Amino acid sequence: MEASATADEPTPTRRDFLFIATGAVGVVGAGAAVWPLIDQMNPDATTLAAASTEVDIGNIAEGQIVTIKWRGKPVFISHRTQAEIEAARAVPIDELPDPATDQSRTQKPEWLIVIGICTHLGCVPLGNDGPFQGGYFCPCHGSVYDASGRIRQGPAPKNLAVPPYAFDGDAKVKIG
Amino acid sequence: MSGHPTYVPKSAAARWLESRLPILGLLHSSFVVFPNPRNLNYWWTFGGILSFMLAAQIVTGVVLAMHYTPDARLAFASIEHIMRDVNYGWLFRYMHANGASMFFLALYIHMFRGLYYGSYKAPREVLWLLGVVIFLLSIATAFLGYVLPWGQMSFWGATVITSLFSAIPFVGDYVTTWLWGGYAVDSATLNRFFALHYLLPFMIAGVVVLHIWALHVPGSNNPAGIEPKSGKDTLPFHPYFTVKDGFALACFLIFYGWFVFYVPNYLGDADNYIEANPLQTPVHIVPEWYYLPFYAILRSIPSKIGGAAAMFSAVLIIAFLPWLDTSRVKSAAYRPLYRIFFWIFVACALLLGYVGSQPPEGGYVLAARLLTIYYFVHFLVILPLLGLIERPQPLPATIADSVLGPQAQVLPAKATQMPGQ
Repeated sequence: MEASATADEPTPTRRDFLFIATGAVGVVGAGAAVWPLIDQMNPDATTLAAASTEVDIGNIAEGQIVTIKWRGKPVFISHRTQAEIEAARAVPIDELPDPATDQSRTQKPEWLIVIGICTHLGCVPLGNDGPFQGGYFCPCHGSVYDASGRIRQGPAPKNLAVPPYAFDGDAKVKIG
Repeated sequence: MSGHPTYVPKSAAARWLESRLPILGLLHSSFVVFPNPRNLNYWWTFGGILSFMLAAQIVTGVVLAMHYTPDARLAFASIEHIMRDVNYGWLFRYMHANGASMFFLALYIHMFRGLYYGSYKAPREVLWLLGVVIFLLSIATAFLGYVLPWGQMSFWGATVITSLFSAIPFVGDYVTTWLWGGYAVDSATLNRFFALHYLLPFMIAGVVVLHIWALHVPGSNNPAGIEPKSGKDTLPFHPYFTVKDGFALACFLIFYGWFVFYVPNYLGDADNYIEANPLQTPVHIVPEWYYLPFYAILRSIPSKIGGAAAMFSAVLIIAFLPWLDTSRVKSAAYRPLYRIFFWIFVACALLLGYVGSQPPEGGYVLAARLLTIYYFVHFLVILPLLGLIERPQPLPATIADSVLGPQAQVLPAKATQMPGQ
């Protein structure tokens, strides 16, 4: 009664176990082989090493916006006027598409430091352009940012990003 | 409908090969005796034209790759090196750049031909889907290739399109960084785009083989949209269609040659002769002409993820056409209402292209929105409803009847005669 003996065998059988175990090892092996193929496209060691930039801000005049390069991206350093600061701080927060106070976006009120990449599709907005005094305007698809780099009109979903930075005295800032 | 296995090897060498790999017989049944509907018009010549243009792009592309340097510091100069120093470099580059435009021109004509004559309907759905795959791969290939000269439009086009992936919820930023291999479009991006631009055309060629295979199971659709019923309805591929395709190809190549030799930069953008500058966006970014309708759809939605979703949907919805069109009559020649809506859709696509080339302000924004809505309404509302309410005109009994009138006596062409007939 060989056949009935096999049929009476409790499930899972030895064969089920081997089948699942082989499949599991196969999946883990395939994953282990695929990951290096994917990860090689992530930023390499040289890209990660070029992480910080020091900028002399002593000669940036009030009302002037300077663009510098950090990690291959433009960064805007804006020396804001008193009027721009007051306008940026007077806006009711709940009117903003991406609510943030001006205070939370600056370390010193007169300096705004943001990554100069439109949060829509990555164009570089133009400084001191658009309807806001000391604001930004993206020529690609018409996004408008205020003097705090916050999105006010247009298709961009978020405010211009603030990079990590630290002041070194009054005339120097280290970005990254 | 596949060709009859009439191939008889003539030489000893052909007999030797045929008994080991029957490839000569396959080519003979596919491209010599293959029966095509006798009423095919010149709109059916664009498949052959596309095959030729794909081969031409691969040949000129391999030549360009021998002289091009995929490094952000050297790429722009290496293009000028090709233009000025390499023997006939100017010719190969202009052929390749304009060849991409010609490929898309032929591709769009080929697709609209399919739309007009209902070539996507049963039993040709898989054939249509493979065509959509070729369209997607072509879009990707042309985009990757346009980045390689590393001009301002190359750089900012690459930035805008790769940034579309940052609209993906949660993982978007990681995906974008992964695509770039850095924190912005840079050398790493250029180098991988070059590798992929070299790879994808060969994948297209592979899918073209599947496309032709799927074509040769039911055979070509035709202007009457009815299937051949007897040998009277068909003619052998050679010489009838090799000659017709050849004549159309020659005319097409004259048109292509005119661009290459007389207005080689007409379809390009002057800004791409300025080297890429990551700190300055051109005032007006426009993609190549063949992307303009989809670019207009992207810009018409005032939301980042919505715009990206609408643009991808506009391309992918073409794949669902066999199931969205509910009419059982294939050819627009016998569909009085669809015929009108077809031309409205053509106008809609052309207008979207025009709007996409204009700055996103004023009336263009509104026009782009209305046209985008109509584009989707055509697929999702008009096509399903038309099949239910339209009263098609009577179809001819056979293809031969549609060409020669119902009473005509047709002698089957010699080569389609069965042995002993």
